[in-house]
Amino acid sequence: MELKDKLISSFFAFEENVDVNSDIHNIRSAAMKNFESLGFPSKKEEDWKYTSLNSVLKEDYSIFPKKEDAIDYKDVKKYFIHDIDTYTVVFIDGIYSSHLSNTTHDKIDVCLMSSALTKDKYKPIIDNYFNKIAPATSLNSLNTAFSKEGAFINIPKNTLADKPIQILNFSTGNESALMLQPRNLVIVGENSHVQIIERHQSLTENSVFTNSVTEIYAEKRAMVDYYKIQNDHSSASLIDSTYVDQKGESNCSVHTFSFGGKITRNNLQFFQNGERIDSTMKGVTIIEDKQHVDHNTLVHHIEPNCESHQDYKGIFDDKAVGVFNGKVLVEKEAQKTNAFQSNNNILISDKATINSKPQLEIFADDVKCSHGCTIGQLDEDALFYMKSRGIPAKEARALLMYAFANNVLESVKIPELQKRINKLIANKLNVNLGFDL
Amino acid sequence: MLKINNLHASVEDKEILKGINLEVKAGEVHAIMGPNGSGKSTLASVIAGKEEYEQTEGEIIFDNEEISELEAEERAHKGLFLSFQYPVEIPGVSVTNFMKTAINENRKAKGLEDMPAKDMLKMIREKSELLDMDRKFLSRSLNEGFSGGEKKRNEIFQMAMLEPKLAILDETDSGLDIDALRIVSNGVNKLKTKDNAVLVITHYQRLLDYIVPDYVHVLLNGKIVKSGGKELAHKLEEHGYDWIKEELKAV
Repeated sequence: MELKDKLISSFFAFEENVDVNSDIHNIRSAAMKNFESLGFPSKKEEDWKYTSLNSVLKEDYSIFPKKEDAIDYKDVKKYFIHDIDTYTVVFIDGIYSSHLSNTTHDKIDVCLMSSALTKDKYKPIIDNYFNKIAPATSLNSLNTAFSKEGAFINIPKNTLADKPIQILNFSTGNESALMLQPRNLVIVGENSHVQIIERHQSLTENSVFTNSVTEIYAEKRAMVDYYKIQNDHSSASLIDSTYVDQKGESNCSVHTFSFGGKITRNNLQFFQNGERIDSTMKGVTIIEDKQHVDHNTLVHHIEPNCESHQDYKGIFDDKAVGVFNGKVLVEKEAQKTNAFQSNNNILISDKATINSKPQLEIFADDVKCSHGCTIGQLDEDALFYMKSRGIPAKEARALLMYAFANNVLESVKIPELQKRINKLIANKLNVNLGFDL
Repeated sequence: MLKINNLHASVEDKEILKGINLEVKAGEVHAIMGPNGSGKSTLASVIAGKEEYEQTEGEIIFDNEEISELEAEERAHKGLFLSFQYPVEIPGVSVTNFMKTAINENRKAKGLEDMPAKDMLKMIREKSELLDMDRKFLSRSLNEGFSGGEKKRNEIFQMAMLEPKLAILDETDSGLDIDALRIVSNGVNKLKTKDNAVLVITHYQRLLDYIVPDYVHVLLNGKIVKSGGKELAHKLEEHGYDWIKEELKAV
């Protein structure tokens, strides 16, 4: 059976375990209909021109994992940022793991979508925020149809989340192939501040296909820093769709570190609904073999006096493929917009590919918008300079690549996370550079 | 220490060095002078092992070993150092981290452990003081946005850190004002011992007032056409290179 048909029939089974008379379920049913009519995206669509899901869709995925599977913390500790105190929301094969998690309802809610979607006290929030900004694309609709579990983070106004929040999605490989559809909702009230780290990690080489949707709402003057670590096995594919709605004077950043996986597609969209908003999206992609990472971004400048910054760096080796499709849309009313976009790439091998497509649509006349895209090789003069100081070619290359990615790392605000990512990069480049990365 | 015999080198099939012979012994300072395009920088790059230059003939013997086939980093590990005419900017790598990497790679090549962080910092502090370098300078990205003088000072700082047997200074005086020139040459002179050697490559005699050579060689059209003592440099400064060309014609 094709995956689409399997999903359609699985929806009936899904309905047996949820309250079909709830408002939420009306949303799910409508989403399912939409997915039925749209089907999975194909390369004929402009937005999917360079990324084909065919190889991912042909697997026979389990849609519902059989049972909760316990994992020992010691076996997965390395995937946590464990040297600092954090809240954690952990899922194993899509099912909440209470023994690995550290949630809270004290001042802030760091808990589960399953409670938020079913408990009466959260109903007003869900009515207001759930599925309001994620566009009804086929994959988002599919996720909405099966939306049941994920992280729910609700920071009331004037509140500083006292520690970072980690969202971890593990897949155990107990199923030969597994499809996961986590759904996260993050609401950050006026003047509030939160830092979130998200990671999807498979623990075996069995196939995993994750179709994740996250909606983030930043109210006035809120600050949200969101970090995504994508360093999965080459049997794991991820569609990460993240939407950020910002109100006046809020400041949001999303950093995406893509170091591995089979096919990784990041849909990241910011909507600026207010003035003096700052939106930042940064990414470092370092991949090899036949890995494929696609960044599809949008900043929608709707109101005046806002800024956006996009800075994506990519290093591609072997037959790896990168895609950057960055759209900046400046509405007529959005005067005095400052929008910056840059996408810089290094191709290490002649078989590696990067498709970079900046798209600027500007309807206002008093704006500052810039974009730049570079594709190059490592600088031979710089390599010789380093070699002449006794640094062998391999280390010299690694040092140059590290340097290339470094400025994106500098804006990571959690020092332990910065260290961790530095380490991931060093491991990735397989070098010891003689100083603490 | 360095013995070059009948060295020929070309870039993109164009022969630039046409049979260089040169011997530099421990404790000596040699200067190579010559007009633009005579092959000075090519000579420096070929000795250091730059791949774009093809060594078509001859041999380079350094410390009793023929090094023509060695990679640039292997030559560096043996104690060869090139101070670049145009040091390369490497954004994102601080001077300190670059130096740590270089030092530890050199140690690794000698089978030594990484230098303890404490010793490294002490050494960096001492050597940077020698070059009158600001501490802030060390945390800046390597050569990025450095003035000409800062770049050259940074080259000599690296030389001080790496303690090479033979340092080749390629146009180290270009882009330097008189104060920077003094600091840089002072640094070079302080590093000079009876066991190491310096090969100064320069267009002008100016630098040689500060780093005084034992021997001066004139490079013209890919060949060393005249050698002498430091007084040769003065003569070139006064009279240019034409008289040598005339002499050659007469021969």
